[in-house]
Amino acid sequence: MATAIIVEPKGQGFGFLQYARCFNGIVWREALRFWHQRERFVSALVRPLVWLFIFAAGFRSVLGVSIIPPYDTYVLYDVYITPGLIAMIELFSGMQSSLSMVYDREMGNMRSLLVSPFPRWFLLTSKLVAGTAVSVVQVYAFLAVAYFWEIEPPSPWGYLTVLPALIVAGLMLGALGMLLSSLIKQLENFAGVMNFVIFPMFFASSALYPLWRVKEGSPWLAFFCELNPFTHAVELIRFAFYEQINVLSLGVVLGAGAVFLTAAIVAYDPSRGMLKGREGS
Amino acid sequence: MSLGPPQPEAASGDTNGELSAALQVASVSHSYGKRKALDNVSFRVRPASFCVLLGLNGAGKTTLFSLVTRLYAAQQGTLRICGFDVNRTPGEALRRLGVVFQARTLDLDLTVLQNLSYHAALHGMTAQETKLHTAAVLDQVSMADRANDKARTLSGGQMRRVEIARALLHRPRMLLLDEPTVGLDVKARADILKHVRSLVTRTSIGVLWATHLIDEIQPGDDAVLLHEGRILDQGQASEIATRADVPDIGSAFKKLTGIAGEEASWQRP
Repeated sequence: MATAIIVEPKGQGFGFLQYARCFNGIVWREALRFWHQRERFVSALVRPLVWLFIFAAGFRSVLGVSIIPPYDTYVLYDVYITPGLIAMIELFSGMQSSLSMVYDREMGNMRSLLVSPFPRWFLLTSKLVAGTAVSVVQVYAFLAVAYFWEIEPPSPWGYLTVLPALIVAGLMLGALGMLLSSLIKQLENFAGVMNFVIFPMFFASSALYPLWRVKEGSPWLAFFCELNPFTHAVELIRFAFYEQINVLSLGVVLGAGAVFLTAAIVAYDPSRGMLKGREGS
Repeated sequence: MSLGPPQPEAASGDTNGELSAALQVASVSHSYGKRKALDNVSFRVRPASFCVLLGLNGAGKTTLFSLVTRLYAAQQGTLRICGFDVNRTPGEALRRLGVVFQARTLDLDLTVLQNLSYHAALHGMTAQETKLHTAAVLDQVSMADRANDKARTLSGGQMRRVEIARALLHRPRMLLLDEPTVGLDVKARADILKHVRSLVTRTSIGVLWATHLIDEIQPGDDAVLLHEGRILDQGQASEIATRADVPDIGSAFKKLTGIAGEEASWQRP
């Protein structure tokens, strides 16, 4: 039997500028979507402000925070939980992005993105960067309001030094959201993410109380909190706000971010991932 | 910059005619768990031809489209667009492909122009190319006057026309349309069908039109009859009818699938 030999034609490939145009397009679309969903911005801002103005004010006199790094003096509870609330904004933003990816997949919009000729890892990473940029804008809006509540870094430089921490933490949490979006089959299942991911991540962390206090109550819970990447996102932001670097937290956040993003890219790979062979996906 | 019809891929090294096909589907099988959605499916779409993929709901049309667009990978077989293997060189294959999915995929919060610009960016087009091509394709589908309107203000037929314009924006050589007339009124259906047919005659684009509506097929069209994941027959619609010894393609499909009487009511919109 004669064997057919097929010589594939030579492709044109893509240059740097074409990649840049694609990236710009994805960021631009995310910005437009954010602009069109202004209520999303308001709700993202109101949530941490409620925690700050009501929860923290209520617990201010009940919960004392001893002198722990990066603080060199006693701080009010409102000051302590601010980095946790910042990380909460990024956590919810990452999950919101995940929710919108599930919605887009159900509604068909996601297909427009995935049939682009650019590599899928590039498309997903661009979407992740765009989502992180949106979350960083939300954080600065929160910090602007918090300023009038007398919550501010020791020097104005803190607003600048916190930026890299916000980007790294935002990418890690956004990558987690992207990974979750590949695992969720239907929009209705998203409530499970709230119960099994967002709440445990947030409450089993140093966002609301220092870990030494948790350790007093339950060493096992404290151990779990120390393993939680969200704890390290909070600590990275806390130290950066005070113009310091928490090397351990930076390492954990970078490592977790790389793992989540790699897993998400694999999950969205048509031949290897979770979408493989899923009817109707 | 030329806005003329796209040129077919050079066929150098084409020993079997595979490269001269706008779309080549070879021995493709795909299953969802134990359910076989496609079973050893093979056919080709020639450049400058209108090919109808005819099948009932659940025949495997959408699965086939998902594999061609690489939403997921075929478990067996190969798919080539203008000679490029969809799984081995997806970038080259997908840049030559335009797709209109069955589900609406426009972003309703964006204007028509913004939707098209987003698509252009996803194909790495320059601002100048985007501007020129956008004007041309919107003009082709008679939607230039709605360019600045939000997608959610358009009717179903207008949305489909914008989706076709979007699919043509990067000047593909192969166009897939998955049941594009579903949910449209008679006039909108006729307009869209007429427009896509005119594209084939005006350009060298190959079109694969998936449908379950018999009246969308003309005797001279190429047709692929898909049923329960398997191809029953393929070729020119009139030839399929002749082979089945019946007067038309609708009767041929009924005969080959064993669908009769009331059950065949699917064939008319």
